[in-house]
Amino acid sequence: MATITATEAGTAPPPVRRGRSKLRLRNTLIGWSFILPNFIGFGLLTLIPIIVLFYMSFTNWNVFGKADWVGLANFQRLIGDGSFRISVLNTLYYSALHIPLTILVSLGLALLLNNKLRGVAFFRTAAFFPYITSIVAIAVVWNLLFSPEYGPINEFLRFIGIQNPPGWLTSPEWAMPAVVIVGTWRDMGYYMILFLAGLQTVPRELHEAARVDGANVWQRFVNVTLPCLRPTMFFVTVMLTINSFKIFDLILVMTDGGPGQSTLVMSQFIYRKGFEESQFGYASAASVALFFMCILVTIVQFLWNKKRSS
Amino acid sequence: MAQQVEKDAADQLVSDFTPPTAAVRNLRKLSDPKPRRAADGDKITPGRRVGRIAMYVGLIIFAIALLAPFAWMVLSSFKSANEVFSVPVKWLPETWVWQNYVDIWTESNMLVWIRNTLFLAVVVTFLQVLTGSFAAYGFARMRFKGRDVLFLLYVGTIAVPWQSYMIPQFILLSNFKVSNTLWAIILLQAFGAFGVFLMKQFYETIPEELSEAARLDGLSEYAIWRKIMLPLSIPALASLTLLTFVNTWNDYLGPLIYLRNPDLWTIQLGLKSFVSNLFDTNYALLFAGLTISVIPIAIIFLLGQKYFVEGIATSGLKG
Repeated sequence: MATITATEAGTAPPPVRRGRSKLRLRNTLIGWSFILPNFIGFGLLTLIPIIVLFYMSFTNWNVFGKADWVGLANFQRLIGDGSFRISVLNTLYYSALHIPLTILVSLGLALLLNNKLRGVAFFRTAAFFPYITSIVAIAVVWNLLFSPEYGPINEFLRFIGIQNPPGWLTSPEWAMPAVVIVGTWRDMGYYMILFLAGLQTVPRELHEAARVDGANVWQRFVNVTLPCLRPTMFFVTVMLTINSFKIFDLILVMTDGGPGQSTLVMSQFIYRKGFEESQFGYASAASVALFFMCILVTIVQFLWNKKRSS
Repeated sequence: MAQQVEKDAADQLVSDFTPPTAAVRNLRKLSDPKPRRAADGDKITPGRRVGRIAMYVGLIIFAIALLAPFAWMVLSSFKSANEVFSVPVKWLPETWVWQNYVDIWTESNMLVWIRNTLFLAVVVTFLQVLTGSFAAYGFARMRFKGRDVLFLLYVGTIAVPWQSYMIPQFILLSNFKVSNTLWAIILLQAFGAFGVFLMKQFYETIPEELSEAARLDGLSEYAIWRKIMLPLSIPALASLTLLTFVNTWNDYLGPLIYLRNPDLWTIQLGLKSFVSNLFDTNYALLFAGLTISVIPIAIIFLLGQKYFVEGIATSGLKG
């Protein structure tokens, strides 16, 4: 491969420029040699599977590796599948709760910890310890904390006068909010770090000028801090959206989709159809749906961001 | 011309997807352990005092929400089996049952799980740091045809969740006969785009003149990477090492899909099976196991907290 390109590149251009094109070729080869070790793995394990995914979604690929082309049959089945519809709605429900709540909490924390308070340095780093704690430990501990009868959370709620505290993970209505609470608790430190980094870029002079002009804390936040945070806010929103759409591990270890199908999300639907029922073709069609949801919402956010920045 | 437009679009996309450089440069302040004293000019008015008190109240609530679940886990690991569910809830164990920490080793395969997890975490981290920093040099310092398109491919996969291509990936690896071996997890985790981003981001803050001077001295690009860039990027390498290690240690989904054989289980899989296999799960024992699984991460985190913060804020990506 390398020698073929070498002779082509060596003979094609006029002799005067041969030296330069040779240098360019050398650079290309060296450049590729740097990237290749990572790219082999990346291409084999990420790019190729993504391409194969689209093919698989048009087949009835099963556990024996037998695959017949079935056209759009998988997608038609998907549209009529009640469980799939529930999983899409649950994913959107999770996202609709989790995205604003996490932005609110992590931005609030970032603003709080951007102050000169005692103990701030400790919290700035401790805040994302939940994020790097194992999901199994988080699930077991929170499952017990949420326990309707024995859990400290409901005990506290009864203590402050709430007679009938929610059943949390045992109730179809409250299971998803409970997962959202844990998801936010886990992610808040991560996004807080991103917001803190963004806050460092807000010019101090702007705040001073606004203060001199008589703007109060809230006005300064809305008119100075938020506009300066726009790039960070965009980045956080994009990441949060993708991470919410693909939510899986937390659900799997906390509720396993239950009670009933009240916390069944798209990733879990894919997992069930693929790995538990071995309907790889059908699961791939659901994966394609998840793929396009993430890509589409990212593109929309990009365009919106571009429109606002110009 | 068209190529130029394409390249600009690519640059725009890349810069949109990465936090502002100024933020990255200011990051070191974040991990500054010494709180700066208030400026002398600040007068303490009653309004300000109320504001400060409100902030401390916020900080305390936050501290409780943050730490209570961990405290609950550690304290429960010292309780007796029945005491975990006592009503009303008691936070402190009545008698401290240290025996839980002895029993968990004999009643579970803890040693095997830890050995597997440690092996995976070390190998994955080594490969990720090596190939990631190597590729990042190519992206940050070499100019060649196809580079920007290639990087765009890397960036584009941010928007593609792993969950959407885990099935074809599984079939691919099964065909290679590596599923149900530790190699599957190594392949899965070691070549992520994450390391490339983080290192590229850092390399671009190193002045170009340094490598230019080295080039004039006759150093090859490989030598520049090894002798100049690697030593200068030790903070970023530390961030990447710690984040990758912790990520692999905690990974649950990858092992769940690929490791069927109990002898290959990681600590996460093992502890999860411990929860679901026994009907009368001894939760105190389980909590001891969970505490053991979290302790290495806590120690690594305490030692390298600065690198975690910088790493996360630099790349803004994980998982």
